[in-house]
Amino acid sequence: MHLAYPAVLAALLFCTGLYGVLARRNAILVLMSVELMLNAVNLNLVAFDVWLRDALHAGQALTLFTIAIAAAEIGIGLAIVLLVYRNRGSSDIDRLRDLAEGDAQDAAAPPDGPGGTGPGGAGRGPGTPPGDGPDGTDNGGTDNGGTDNKAEAAA
Amino acid sequence: MSLLAAQTQGFLSPTGVEIAFLLVGIVTLGAAVVTVTTKQLVHAALWLVVALGGLAVEYLLLTAEFIAWVQVLIYVGSVIVLLLFGLMLTRAPIGRSPDADSGNRWVALGVAVAAAAALVWVVVDAFRATWIDLDGPARGTTEVSGRMLFRHWVLPFEGLSVLLLAALVGAIVLSRLRKDTEEKR
Repeated sequence: MHLAYPAVLAALLFCTGLYGVLARRNAILVLMSVELMLNAVNLNLVAFDVWLRDALHAGQALTLFTIAIAAAEIGIGLAIVLLVYRNRGSSDIDRLRDLAEGDAQDAAAPPDGPGGTGPGGAGRGPGTPPGDGPDGTDNGGTDNGGTDNKAEAAA
Repeated sequence: MSLLAAQTQGFLSPTGVEIAFLLVGIVTLGAAVVTVTTKQLVHAALWLVVALGGLAVEYLLLTAEFIAWVQVLIYVGSVIVLLLFGLMLTRAPIGRSPDADSGNRWVALGVAVAAAAALVWVVVDAFRATWIDLDGPARGTTEVSGRMLFRHWVLPFEGLSVLLLAALVGAIVLSRLRKDTEEKR
């Protein structure tokens, strides 16, 4: 088999994952794109292991290790995303701007809809984060209210 | 040697394995593209199943049998299920969500296309006359994989189990409801 086939496929898959990481808004979709990138690397490792006929089978051993590390990564990543969702009521990564410098208007508007997200935490009381700014009524707040209502309807 | 291989194996006369690899690769790539572009979050996870399963078939075509089944077991069996649980626990909307893509998607598209063009150009230029020899004994049967894993790679393997344990404990600690912060409020 020509070596260019798996190499090109791996490059294209990696770039697809790259687009997903950069363009997605939901944190879980970003994690899915990271999985795509890791799998592209795995395909490269397997193809070059079969091509080089390494006596130690380094490519396949490293593929197994990458798969295990990816499983660990997805577990930790999902735990972090769930924690952020429980504290913030949203898992959109471009709303997590507390560390952003500059425009304080965006940074001071963490979603004020967590009244609707409290039940997700199973009796977690009022889920409003303590650092919630008082002026959560700009367009970010209303936009979030709309999405929250939609989430309610879907649930 | 590569010139001799180029004479015996033409680029325009693909073998059956190459044709199968190409077809499965197109399906895999299409599923991956749908995964990163669809507006329905649950559908993205299900298309990711297709992409990862296609990659398992590619591993089989590359005679890496054990890796293929590990891929099916771990990715399709557990990672996708974890992702679906994550989607449901964050109450992802079931229907189309218009805000699945963030505002910088055109910049992202430009970056991805540029990276793809550069990588494909370099890779094709570098491996233009290189062929994988798939004949002979299979490279990745379970017996071969077990031998190499427990003869040459024992120490990294054990280290990996410690890492998995640490990740498990970390995930439990992160996702546990904290009593002290609860009382503080």
